[in-house]
Amino acid sequence: MDFRLSPEQETFRAEVRAWLSANLPPDWASRPVVSDVPRAELYEFGRVWQRRLHEAGLLGLTWPKEYGGRGLTWMEELLLHEELVLHRAPPPLNILGLGMAGPTIIAYGSDAQKQRHLQKILTCEEIWCQGYSEPNAGSDLASLQTRAVKDGDHYVVNGQKVWTSLAQISDWMMLLARTDPSVPKHKGLTYFLLDMRSPGITVRPLRQITGDAEFNEVFFENVRVPAENILGGEGQGWQVGITTLMYERLALGFGLQARFEIATAATLELARRMSREGRPAAKDPVLRQRLAQLVIDNAVFKYTAKRAITKLLRGEMPGSEASAGKIWWCERHQALQDLAQDLLGSYGQLGRGSPWAVDRGNWHYTFLRSRANSIEGGTTEIQRNILAERVLGLPKD
Amino acid sequence: MDFGFSQEQDLLRQTARSFLEKECPSGFVRRMMDDPAGTTDEFWGKLAELGWLGLIYPEAYGGVGLGLVDLTVVLEEMGRAVMPGPFFSTVLLGGLAVREAGSEAQKQAWLPRIASGGARATLALLEESARWDAAGIEVTAKPGRTGGFVLSGTKLFVPDGHTADVLVVAARTARPTKENPSHGVSLFLVPADRKGVTATVLPTMDQTRKLAEVTLRRVDVGSEALLGPLHQGWPVVARVLERAAVALSAEMCGGAQKVLDLSTEYAKVRMAFGRPIGAYQAVKHRCADMLVAVENAKSITYYAAWAADQDAPDAPLAASMAKAFVSDAYRKVAGDGIQVHGGIGFTWEHDMHLYFKRAKGSEVAFGDATFHRERVARLLEL
Repeated sequence: MDFRLSPEQETFRAEVRAWLSANLPPDWASRPVVSDVPRAELYEFGRVWQRRLHEAGLLGLTWPKEYGGRGLTWMEELLLHEELVLHRAPPPLNILGLGMAGPTIIAYGSDAQKQRHLQKILTCEEIWCQGYSEPNAGSDLASLQTRAVKDGDHYVVNGQKVWTSLAQISDWMMLLARTDPSVPKHKGLTYFLLDMRSPGITVRPLRQITGDAEFNEVFFENVRVPAENILGGEGQGWQVGITTLMYERLALGFGLQARFEIATAATLELARRMSREGRPAAKDPVLRQRLAQLVIDNAVFKYTAKRAITKLLRGEMPGSEASAGKIWWCERHQALQDLAQDLLGSYGQLGRGSPWAVDRGNWHYTFLRSRANSIEGGTTEIQRNILAERVLGLPKD
Repeated sequence: MDFGFSQEQDLLRQTARSFLEKECPSGFVRRMMDDPAGTTDEFWGKLAELGWLGLIYPEAYGGVGLGLVDLTVVLEEMGRAVMPGPFFSTVLLGGLAVREAGSEAQKQAWLPRIASGGARATLALLEESARWDAAGIEVTAKPGRTGGFVLSGTKLFVPDGHTADVLVVAARTARPTKENPSHGVSLFLVPADRKGVTATVLPTMDQTRKLAEVTLRRVDVGSEALLGPLHQGWPVVARVLERAAVALSAEMCGGAQKVLDLSTEYAKVRMAFGRPIGAYQAVKHRCADMLVAVENAKSITYYAAWAADQDAPDAPLAASMAKAFVSDAYRKVAGDGIQVHGGIGFTWEHDMHLYFKRAKGSEVAFGDATFHRERVARLLEL
């Protein structure tokens, strides 16, 4: 057990730090709160930002060198995420391509598919979105109904996806569709790499609780996909799709932990600044208990993540630590946002645009946005099923 | 960075588990609940043979010279077995105080005897106020006529105070000062057979871990009994309590893991409405929450143990974070364990109550979650 970094890891971190200090926009560090997902007004910035990260050799750290990666370990990936967040850097725009599509193509793609897609994901030339959820298939993802019917060397897709982040600016979609309705639901799915410029695709923005339209609905009407765009073979969609979700929890999880750390620091700072019935909020005995608990929750999250990474570095798959981390994060992040609202009191009501708003009304946004945490990327209920069934070995429902 | 145990530590865990499964099954634990000593000479001798009584003491004093991270592994297994007896009070309270603050002569006098199983020790700290800070120390140590000290007063909640051969007694030798509210506390090594020392075991919820009332009636000790600096004994107590809190957290993690294991196994075989109860989400989600609590408890505890071994600047903070988190987690997990078991979990016959009671007793020892959260807030200068 040793929490110190190796000299090589120290060097890598110093490299990242130096680059970020030199290349981040000067006003960036003063932003009080960071959001977990790129917001619409930052899309163009995110695109430029990702290109610069790529040119600096900071993307695809764990990807093979022959496809533009650096062949490093998860430890460097973690260090990068920590530094990005500690510098309050915005997430790269192609977050789903980098975190999900790329790793899944590396795991299941043919050489031609790897050659075709990986480089363009890194450079942000092609943005990716994820076509999984449907209006009638959320937690029960395998019951999805979007059909892909074989027609010569193509498949014809009809159906609808929903909650599709970034679809309005995406070039490609990770699409799960049903190719065989006659077999049990998990066995009839196929994973397609879908060109979003194909005729027959309609993208409609979906306004959410925050007022932003971060998500979309995507409609398919006789969309033709070449058979060569199948990833991992017909009928293998569930297995391939699960891999994507595993990477989602893992790679995006690193960022979540670091963001939670920043949000914790911001909440403590808020507590020192806000007053409650005439005295500093941080001196209120009940709020002190909750603030201390928040700091403890953050530490717990950090060290559980480090145990997961240690397993990865030792060549094991982190089982309980990764799913436990997701459950913990969404529950505690919502508690953090609740606490921040309690510290703000009436000021929590003020949104962007009010001269009276604290921190430009960002807390208002993050509080509302946090309600999605326990739904997106697998609901807390599904995460609990995964832990109970796959880790504890309890019988299926 | 590597946040896992070494092969040697994994081996130590295997040794501990198989030893305790054989020598400390539920039947032994229950016999010791009714036994005032809480252990047998035979069992104690085996702990000495394994090297556990001196695991964290330097080799020069008959110990093995390992650290708190190594001890964590053994403590988790002890918690898993709800091991009864004065191991914790001897090794992590009385003995640790001697290791931290003892003179060469004091260390030579006690540590080899503790490590070989020849002496048991404890720390007599709490009094009627049950305060964990220096202000709780009202037992007095006044200058004696022959150059030593005379100790008077009553200590409460003294772990194994009735069976210890030597007590480290925290006593007041001066008033606190304005600048330093913990000033004026001194520690004394008091052999239990010294005239004026009486100890009575108290009936407690967790019968596997005995607590005693220790009365000191004009107890004369020589000046060589002073452990650490005069009036400045509190920093020693604080250091011992900090390590004890981490060590106890480790023991609690082991107990919580066992509760999870028992509950999961039961949920797989207990049938209701034609299916194992573990197939119902109401039960399986409870088990998943227990798993999350146990994993998180381990993460913060392991870090705190490592930080203590390294004397890292955040070691005090990490100790309080661990004790706060694990105190809540073990109580919750043990309660959930009873719920998963249903009626059988509420019986004396089933082992679940051993864990539930140990969880509660451990929760209040060295400060509960509320106490440690306030300490975290203070350390963060909130």
